[in-house]
Amino acid sequence: MPEIDTGDTAWVLISSALVLFMTPGLALFYGGMVRSKNVLAMLMQNFFAMGIVTVFWVLFGYSLAFGDLGNAGWIGNFDFVGLKDLTNGVTGTIPTLAFVAFQLTFAVITPALITGAIADRMRWVAWVGFIAAWSVLVYLPVAHWVFAGGWLADRGALDFAGGTVVHVNAGAAALALVILLGKRKGWPRDPMPPHSLPLTLLGTGILWFGWFGFNAGSALSANGVAAQAFLNTFVAAAAGMIGWLVVERMKSGHATTLGAASGAVAGLVAITPCAGFVGGMAPVIIGLITGAVCFLAIQLKFKFGYDDSLDVVAVHLVGGLLGSLMVGLFADDAVNELATDGLFLGGGADLLVEQIIAVAAVFIFSFVVSYVIGLVLKALLPKGIRVTDGEEDTGLDLTQHSETGYSLERV
Amino acid sequence: MKLIIAIIKPFRLDEVKTALLGMGVQGMTVTEVRGFGRQRGHTEVYRGAEYKIDFVPKLRLEIVVDEPDAERVAQELMEHARTGQIGDGKLWIVPIDAVYRIRTGEAGTDAI
Repeated sequence: MPEIDTGDTAWVLISSALVLFMTPGLALFYGGMVRSKNVLAMLMQNFFAMGIVTVFWVLFGYSLAFGDLGNAGWIGNFDFVGLKDLTNGVTGTIPTLAFVAFQLTFAVITPALITGAIADRMRWVAWVGFIAAWSVLVYLPVAHWVFAGGWLADRGALDFAGGTVVHVNAGAAALALVILLGKRKGWPRDPMPPHSLPLTLLGTGILWFGWFGFNAGSALSANGVAAQAFLNTFVAAAAGMIGWLVVERMKSGHATTLGAASGAVAGLVAITPCAGFVGGMAPVIIGLITGAVCFLAIQLKFKFGYDDSLDVVAVHLVGGLLGSLMVGLFADDAVNELATDGLFLGGGADLLVEQIIAVAAVFIFSFVVSYVIGLVLKALLPKGIRVTDGEEDTGLDLTQHSETGYSLERV
Repeated sequence: MKLIIAIIKPFRLDEVKTALLGMGVQGMTVTEVRGFGRQRGHTEVYRGAEYKIDFVPKLRLEIVVDEPDAERVAQELMEHARTGQIGDGKLWIVPIDAVYRIRTGEAGTDAI
C-alpha cells in the first residue's frame, strides 16, 4: 500500500487552487484587451469553462484522460466514470482525489485560452457547443497521450506542465476557429484598442501568481524539482518581459504596458514544458528568446490576414512550440531523474526529435478536430457560429448576455 | 445675453476656472467631449500595431454672460486656455433668447 505524504498532498492541493485562480486571471487579461462593449462576453466565456469542464471532468473526463494509465495508447477508459473507486486511492504520494482536482484545473484553463482569438464575434451558444465538444474530443485524448503515459509519453517526449497539452493544443484550436469564423468587421482597418489595460495588467499578475502552482505543482511533490520549477517559472516570466520590451522598443519606438504583460505571459508559456527539466541559466535564455520571438510573431496575422484578436497564436502557439522544442535543447537529467539530457547537455538529438514529433502531432490533431467541430456547429446551429453584423456593432455583452459591463455614466 | 462655448484642452480647466471666477463669472458647465480640428488625432501602438485615434478628448465649457461682458470673458478664457501648441481648441459666442433660474423663476440678467 503506497504511503500518502502530507507535505506533498498539501502542496498539490494548494497548487490546484493556484491554477484554478489563473482562469479568472486570464479572463481579466483578455477582458481588458477587448472593447468595453464586449468585456462581459469575454469574462463569461472564460468563467463558463470553470462550470462545464468541471462537471464533465467528474462525470467521465478524468476517466477518459487518466484511465488505463501508461497504456501507450490514444485514450483512457471508463473505469473511473463518476469518480468510481477513487475515494481512498493513492497516486504517487498523494490522494488520487488531489490529483483529480489538480488535473481538472488544467482541463479548465486550456479551452479558456482559445477565447482570446475568437473575441468580439462568436455567438454564445456556439461557444458553449465548442467548449463542450473540444474538452472531450481534443483535450482528453491529448492529455492522455502526454500526461497519462499515452503514446507520445511512451515514445519519450517530455512535457513538464503542458507546453503541448495546454499551449500548442489551445493555440492550434484558436487558429482553426479564427480561420472558420472570419475577421471582425473593420479589421485591420479600424482601430480596436484595449478598453482597460489596468485590467490586463491585473490579470497578468494573477496569471504569474497562479503559474507557480501550474509548474511547480506539476512536480506532484513538495521537493527539489518543485523548487527548481518554481524558480524557473519566476525567471522565465521576467526574462520574457525584458525580451519583448527590448524588441518592441526597437521596432515601434515605445516600451508599453501591454508589451510588458504579453512578454511575461510568453515567458511563462515557454517555460511550462521545461519547468522541472531545466536548470541554471536556461530559463533566462528561454524567456528572452520567447519574449522577442512572440512579439515578432504578432506580425503573422497581418501578413496572412487571419484575425487572431488577442494574439493567442503568437503567444500560446508560438510560445508553446518554442518551449516544447527548447526542452530538447536544455533538458538536464541532473535536475530531474525523469529527464533525458537535451542536445546542449550532450544527450544528442533524440529528445529534440521526440519533441518535434509531439508538437507536430498535437498541432495537427487539435487543428483538424477543432476545425471539424466548428464546421459541424456551423451546420447544426440555426444561426451559425457568428453573431450578425448588427450584433457585432452593438457588442456581445448586450446581445449575448443582456448586460452592460460599465453603466456608471448612464443618464 | 450671450452663451460662450469653448472647446479646450482638459488640463487647462483649472486655470481657466480660476481666472474666470476671479473676474466675476458666476458659474459654468463642463462636459467631456471628443473631437478633432486641424490637430487631428494621435497614434496609439498596441503590440506593435499602430492605430490612428481621430477623436481626442477635450472639454466643452458653456458660460452664460451678460452681453457687455461677453468679449472680456472670452478674451480671458482664451488667454488661460492657450498653450501655443496645436490643439488648443475653439471658442464661439451665440445669442440667447431668454434665461431663467429654475428655483425662483427669475429671468434675464438676474438669472445669470
